[in-house]
Amino acid sequence: MSKICSLAEAIQQFIHDGDTVFCAGFTHLIPFAAGHEIIRQGRKNLTLARATPDLIYDQMVAAGCAKKLVFSYIGNPGVGSLRIVREEMEAGRLEWEEYSHFGMISRLQAGAAGLPFMPMNQNAAPDLEKNNPNIRRVKDPYSGREVLTVPALHPDVGIIHVQRADKNGNAQVWGILGEQKEAAFASKDVIITAEEIVDEDVIRSDPNRTLIPGLIVKAVCHVPHCAHPSYTQGYYDRDNVFYLNWDKISENRDSVNSWLDEWVFGVKNAAEYWEKLGPETHARLAVKPRYAAPVNYGDY
Amino acid sequence: MSELTYTASELMCINAARLLRDGDVVFVGVGLPNLACNLARRTHAPSLQMIYEAGVIGARPNRLPLSIGDPTLVSGASSVCSMFDIFSLYLQRGNVDVGFLGGAQIDRFGNINATVIGDYHKPKVRLPGSGGSQEIAGWANRCYIMTPHQKRRFPEKCDFITSAGFLNGRAEREATGARGGGPLVIVTNLGILEPDENGELILTALHPGCTYDQVKENTGWAIRAAETVRTTEPVTDVELKILREELDPDGAYLKGS
Repeated sequence: MSKICSLAEAIQQFIHDGDTVFCAGFTHLIPFAAGHEIIRQGRKNLTLARATPDLIYDQMVAAGCAKKLVFSYIGNPGVGSLRIVREEMEAGRLEWEEYSHFGMISRLQAGAAGLPFMPMNQNAAPDLEKNNPNIRRVKDPYSGREVLTVPALHPDVGIIHVQRADKNGNAQVWGILGEQKEAAFASKDVIITAEEIVDEDVIRSDPNRTLIPGLIVKAVCHVPHCAHPSYTQGYYDRDNVFYLNWDKISENRDSVNSWLDEWVFGVKNAAEYWEKLGPETHARLAVKPRYAAPVNYGDY
Repeated sequence: MSELTYTASELMCINAARLLRDGDVVFVGVGLPNLACNLARRTHAPSLQMIYEAGVIGARPNRLPLSIGDPTLVSGASSVCSMFDIFSLYLQRGNVDVGFLGGAQIDRFGNINATVIGDYHKPKVRLPGSGGSQEIAGWANRCYIMTPHQKRRFPEKCDFITSAGFLNGRAEREATGARGGGPLVIVTNLGILEPDENGELILTALHPGCTYDQVKENTGWAIRAAETVRTTEPVTDVELKILREELDPDGAYLKGS
């Protein structure tokens, strides 16, 4: 049965006030269009989990969607600080729970594998462990030495952007893989957004590239350019200019609110947003092709 | 001796590049560490292996990446894996020789704060946090730090230890069982600091024209000097030329300061 629906329908059906949401993607494939749709639909009190909250959560926090952040690095990658998140934390208006990158993805790995927790070797750093009661120790029953542990993370909803998927949700990804697979398997409900919806035959022509199987997917949305200002490998470049601009826009709340009015509330969906960016931006983000050598699976 | 003048960033970058050994597997960050690795690869360490926390192994970037997850790192790389794999199979397993670290504060025992100034739960200044650095500092065989030499960056004690140096002394780090060797060299714009037998950072080298007095004035504790303080080799025209003409032609990281 086809799981295809619009992004607005998927958000409407699967994301509720108070949910824990994981918008996946390490720098690559961040589903900004889904974040914007959640803002447009006015969701509140969300717990937003991501290794790097990035601009997507800075924008969602600014729009008042979040009660709490779960994260491991709150910077604007390559630029500096995530100003809104930082201001809200410093003012005591946003709850947070913090890990290292490895702690964060180990939580997903445990969640994805159906385990209660993941062990990690000692890293000698004392202070995060002191301040986050979820980081604990157990004795390794084999060596008797202590290992650190983090609990499984089970987001209510995982939103995963991919290059291509079929109507059943079999999703293929290439480029930086981040925590896409672990986030999908850890989540209760999975929404796939895809640059392209392709025929099942295309997926079956290269099964090794299928990172997420349709059997764990609830909704498949066709959302070209979903990741802007992040990127989709081979489809469009990262909009580094926007990442630099956001540093200025987020200097004060008035300019953030005008930006949200214009670019989120002022457009109907991702297609209108992309259109509004205009031909100069489209040309700037265009990328020349560089193909992999084909592989031979053999006709058995 | 170079006839050219150079910036503090160029000086640190060149001295950090010289610390890398041919064949090293390096966990690379963006900015200066990326430039230092590429400089080493083009000079004395052609078989340096660059791996990135985004899960990219053997990257051959055609342009200077702004972010740690830039697509140029992927195209032409030898392998791409998940973040869980890069931190577990590569870093935790002990397959990383060198990690580069940085932070807002580096203390007397090489501990790093990249998390918070003030109280953790009521932050005065909230910084980005660990990212990958907690495990890099714990598990890479050797860690290098590049940072401008300023008093506020070198307090006696960090407000928060994001990544471990030697804690309160080498024995304390060793007792934790963390596999990595800890910070081996700190390169600043004035010289080079290295841990002594107890893990305390001492001055071991000065860049040409820099003095111990300058180092003392810009360090937040009474920093000791090694019995013999050497002078670093002067920056060469070849090194500057590679940095300026090939690696950072727009001066994104090397201009200014």
